[in-house]
Amino acid sequence: MDLSQINPILLVASLMVAATPILLAAIGELVVERAGVLNLGVEGMMITGAICGFAVAVETGSPWLGFLAAAIGGAALSFLFVILTQFALANQVASGLALTLFGLGLSSLLGQSYVGIKPPPTPDLHIPLLSDIPILGPVVFSHDLILYLGIAIVAGVWALLKFTRAGLILRAVGENHDAAHALGYKVVRIRVMAILFGGACAGLGGAYISLVRVPQWTEGMTAGVGWIALALVVFASWKPWRVLLGAYLFGGITVLQLNLQAAGVAIPVEYLAMSPYVITIVVLVILSADKSRAPGSLGRIFHATS
Amino acid sequence: MIVLEKRPQASQLWSLATPVVAVLATMVFGGLLFALLGTQPVEAIRTIFWDPLFGEFAFYYRPQLLVKGAPLVLIAIGLSLGFKAGIWNIGAEGQYIIGALTGAGVGLAFYPLEAWYIFPLMVIAGALGGWAWAMIPGVLKVRFGTNEILVSLMLVYVAEQLLASMSLGLLKNPQGFGFPGSRNLNEYESANSWINQNAGLHWGVVAATIAVIFAYVLLNRHMLGFHIRLTGDAPRAARFAGVSPGRLVLFCLGASGMLAGLAGLFEVAGPAGQVSIDFNTGYGFTAIIVAFLGRLHPIGILLAGLLMALTYIGGEIAQSQMGLPAAAIQVFQGMLLFFLLALDLLTNYRIRLKSREVA
Repeated sequence: MDLSQINPILLVASLMVAATPILLAAIGELVVERAGVLNLGVEGMMITGAICGFAVAVETGSPWLGFLAAAIGGAALSFLFVILTQFALANQVASGLALTLFGLGLSSLLGQSYVGIKPPPTPDLHIPLLSDIPILGPVVFSHDLILYLGIAIVAGVWALLKFTRAGLILRAVGENHDAAHALGYKVVRIRVMAILFGGACAGLGGAYISLVRVPQWTEGMTAGVGWIALALVVFASWKPWRVLLGAYLFGGITVLQLNLQAAGVAIPVEYLAMSPYVITIVVLVILSADKSRAPGSLGRIFHATS
Repeated sequence: MIVLEKRPQASQLWSLATPVVAVLATMVFGGLLFALLGTQPVEAIRTIFWDPLFGEFAFYYRPQLLVKGAPLVLIAIGLSLGFKAGIWNIGAEGQYIIGALTGAGVGLAFYPLEAWYIFPLMVIAGALGGWAWAMIPGVLKVRFGTNEILVSLMLVYVAEQLLASMSLGLLKNPQGFGFPGSRNLNEYESANSWINQNAGLHWGVVAATIAVIFAYVLLNRHMLGFHIRLTGDAPRAARFAGVSPGRLVLFCLGASGMLAGLAGLFEVAGPAGQVSIDFNTGYGFTAIIVAFLGRLHPIGILLAGLLMALTYIGGEIAQSQMGLPAAAIQVFQGMLLFFLLALDLLTNYRIRLKSREVA
């Protein structure tokens, strides 16, 4: 065992990369849940985004088109959830599970001919001045565009929820859909937009795994990241900046256990590999004492009677 | 303008008709999907739904129906109890793995002793293993209010890693030339779940039948079953009626975990034969579809489990004969759940055409 092999600079840099898929998926789901909808299909939308992005990036040679396709793919799958829960008034838990099962199948169907191919590389940015700062530059300021986009989305969602009228309406719909409806807000329309946004974010997160983090396509490659993202929203008590914090925490754990595996620690690989899931459970237990911040209408079906 | 009008009572007719309509709709849209993939749609549907039952080699496939159907029915019966009460155990796949590990572990510990009591002990160990794994989300929910959906699902990934660790380490066959995986239990007389292998009959089939009857009696003739249904339909009323939510959570999760653990044990001691890295094949997740397709009703689940087993077997035939990709069947099964959930609208609502009123 040689822990000195673990380079702290590289660790922080890869932590940010490992955290980005969780971050993107979780911030999307946060908006969905703030609108009062519980979409358990994050895993399915992520893996669909992963293969859509991968396939388009390989075919066109452009990772940016790939990310665009991933967002569209994720949103398209989430539209199925929209039909089920907003128009057919189906149970949200069951519909979310259906979305995940369907997405996993669909992605492996689409991905058959893409196994073992290398995607076009996503270029890292070189920001003048910032990237040249010693240590901090290469660690924090020399990543690809999508990683910063993730952080920007968090900032955007925070500003939207806190400072804008649109954010206020979104929260009203999530807290009490009957009251929001009585005030004349279009509950269903707002929720549809939130769900589509969540789907696009999850798709982006999935593509980040297949195009940047791994980068390769294998069946079921998201391996529960979507579910961890769902747990993260609870962890963050539905607050955007805490999502960022939580994502980096989980990214850190993932990277650390991979580094420990590589360094040959005496703990068997399987037990290290299960650690992110175990830690998610532990965190959920610690934080579930405070349920008061959950949006009031979360998971309830809205049916306007008049 | 289309308006939805809530029915005062759920429609009996549509409640029975939606699964059938959903299956038909899935056949149509699945056929379209197969056509897109370049296979003959009608022939593919016939290969999946007809050939295993009445085709030329049906004598070979019919027993398979029991082999694949038993674990699905067993798991889905357990899940349906919780789903009825709004308790969502979606980690049955993990409980299935743990049941197989504990059950096979007990059996392998006795190797090479031959005795009548080994298999019953394995059954108990498998049931306890699954039960204990499901108790983790159960106890956490009751004690700390943790979301059982997320915890039970996370435990699937933990169980998968445990499975890998066990088949590479503790349970590895010492005479297996270094290959991963345990001894084959099919070659160990006392630890074998087959009753008649040619008929596809193993103890899991018997257990599934008993579970269906038990669940039927429980839900229709027993106070606990009434409490389960009451909690699902009207949680507040249930609390006033003296139902303890915590105990119900523990019962539902425990029962579903136990049945999933049993399914895992019967699978490892029979059709699968050994503990190996890729032992689990997603029965725990497909059982969720089975539970909904069967309308959370024991008899319905029995039929749905057989139908789903049919799509597995038919899918394999279509795969080898027509080159239909394996994932196509997975999409097909997912599609079925979509149609089912969407069509459920008709059970609870009337669709009316109305002229738009002045707001």
